[in-house]
Amino acid sequence: MKELMLVDAVNDALHVEMERDPSVLVMGEDVGRLGGVFRATAGLQDRFGVERCIDTPLAEAGILGTAVGLCMAGWRPVCEMQYDAFSYPALDQLINHVGRYRWRTRGKMSFPLVIRMPYGGSVRAPELHDDSPETYYVHTPGVKVAIPSTPADAKGLLAAAIRDPDPVVVLEPKLIYRLARGDVPEGEHVVPLGKARVAREGSDVTIVAYGAMVGVAERVAESLVGEASCEVLDLRSLKPLDEDSLLASVAKTGHAVVVQEAPRVCGFASEVAAVLAEKAIFDLRGPVLRVTGYDVPYPYWQLEDAYVPSEARVVDAVRRVLAA
Amino acid sequence: MSQVLPAEGGLRRIIGDGESRPDGEVEGLGPEQLLTLYRHLVLLRTYDERSVIYHRQGRIGTYAIFWNHEAMQAGSVLALEERDWVFPSYRDSAIGLLRGMPVSTVLSWWRGHPAGWWNPEDYNVASICVPIATQIPHAVGFAWGSRLKGEDRVAIVNFGDGATSEGSFHEGATFAGVMKAPVVLFCNNNQWAISTPLSAQTAAPTLADKAIGYGMPGLRVDGGDVLAVYEATREAVARARAGDGPTFIEAVTYRVAPHATADDPSLYIDEERAREERENECVGRYEQYLRRLGVLTEEQVAAIRAEALELMRVGIAQAEAEPPADVSLVFEHAYANPPPTQATDLAELRRILG
Repeated sequence: MKELMLVDAVNDALHVEMERDPSVLVMGEDVGRLGGVFRATAGLQDRFGVERCIDTPLAEAGILGTAVGLCMAGWRPVCEMQYDAFSYPALDQLINHVGRYRWRTRGKMSFPLVIRMPYGGSVRAPELHDDSPETYYVHTPGVKVAIPSTPADAKGLLAAAIRDPDPVVVLEPKLIYRLARGDVPEGEHVVPLGKARVAREGSDVTIVAYGAMVGVAERVAESLVGEASCEVLDLRSLKPLDEDSLLASVAKTGHAVVVQEAPRVCGFASEVAAVLAEKAIFDLRGPVLRVTGYDVPYPYWQLEDAYVPSEARVVDAVRRVLAA
Repeated sequence: MSQVLPAEGGLRRIIGDGESRPDGEVEGLGPEQLLTLYRHLVLLRTYDERSVIYHRQGRIGTYAIFWNHEAMQAGSVLALEERDWVFPSYRDSAIGLLRGMPVSTVLSWWRGHPAGWWNPEDYNVASICVPIATQIPHAVGFAWGSRLKGEDRVAIVNFGDGATSEGSFHEGATFAGVMKAPVVLFCNNNQWAISTPLSAQTAAPTLADKAIGYGMPGLRVDGGDVLAVYEATREAVARARAGDGPTFIEAVTYRVAPHATADDPSLYIDEERAREERENECVGRYEQYLRRLGVLTEEQVAAIRAEALELMRVGIAQAEAEPPADVSLVFEHAYANPPPTQATDLAELRRILG
């Protein structure tokens, strides 16, 4: 074990997996000489050369589109999208090809590529550097989605994504790239996709979260000690979703609050609420509440704290579900 | 030496008209290959004409007609080695036939049956691309990735004039140039994107003019002249194989058939022009060329046509004999490791279907 910041755990995973598998390559804007705008890919080009850590043209659809062809040629590309809101040009490739090419070959060809990107707000960034686009990715058939909230999971989930035979999108909460520090296993470390993590045990209410919202949920749980016993469930992977852990937690607590940064309508919190409505309705002793971003463009950064789910909003939701 | 002759608009051509325009020739193409090319043209033409009939009979679904595009498909594929890959658009749906793909496979695709979904590695032909231009980056990535692996493989990607307006064309061509990918960008400029004429598609004098912006040569060729297409593609493939990067080929032709079986070109097309172009269609032009050269007899023409018709007869019978697909195929192959919900969804569907 060694203590790492989350962004360095990403970097560690890339070094380990590229060492382990010579077919893994990293591609994206500024990932080579610069080492990425967040330095997530620092050192890779020196270690593995310009042919395995590739500075690409500024063309997100081209990055993902050529990655499809690179898979067909036997590579396992790890594509960096520089920012959440800049990833949308690649959605055409993701939806029309990445998510369905394996199916179009009736399972004969695999497309084991990874798309990883920093996502989320609260970093006082210019416009359109703050989005939480997970719903677009989760909604795409054939594509899996993982979101770490700790350095150890950032390494382990990325390693799992790289080794997975299916395309995986890994969203990295940029707010905690350097705020989250923690022990990370050295060498190979894999956290399987589809396994949630109980970040904190509790008995009165389950706060379901992922990414940077896990920290918010944990702080809420701490602040409510003596008033309510909060369990914090870190989903870690949105697809596949660990329904068993979700249902087990809610069976124990009987209450659920789901937190996401993304806008509310059809966000992932809605999916969680729907699963609970379908499969846990008799365990629930109150409504499932969502605490989310609002259905507006992500605001100017001087107002972003009013948009991103705050501890106060989550506390309010917990009190409301327990009072119901 | 090949003898490539100029035609209107700076197009390369080989085939003359038997009168004022003399025939050229392609170096290294013997009578056997010339006949192979003819066989390929007839196979594609027969496939296309029969498919329109099958559609009218309700035996295949909506079909994208490629009548008068055969020279671009057959000429370009003949310039490749078997190990080279083809990335077709839907207009090139039957191009796999030139690589040994069964007729029934392509017909099954147009019938919406899973038997029409092939393994690209079996033929070195990628899946048919239905969105416009999005297969261009695939071909570029494949070619570039093959070179990175030290493998001697070239990719060719086929697309239409409309595709050159898409972002995927721009991004794919940009990558091809920067990465020096061994790829041929083959544009069949039939001058129509459904009802949109080329003049509404671009203000560039020619599509080949776009190539310079990506740092690659742009060739213009008569798309109805199978030998000119072959010769230009061979040059582009040789450049790619030598490590000199991509080439853009603009093959100019004219779409004389509807965009697809659901289209009504009488609402927009110049029927007079279409009639003229139809009289100059590519299979007939090549047939006349071979006759002038004295390498094609009436018996061979009849035999090659009969052979193609028989392949189609057998192909449609095989496609129609495919047993109905099991509903498990709704789910199967979407993931290598599917989420657990897929199994419960299938179980529920089976329970309801009884």
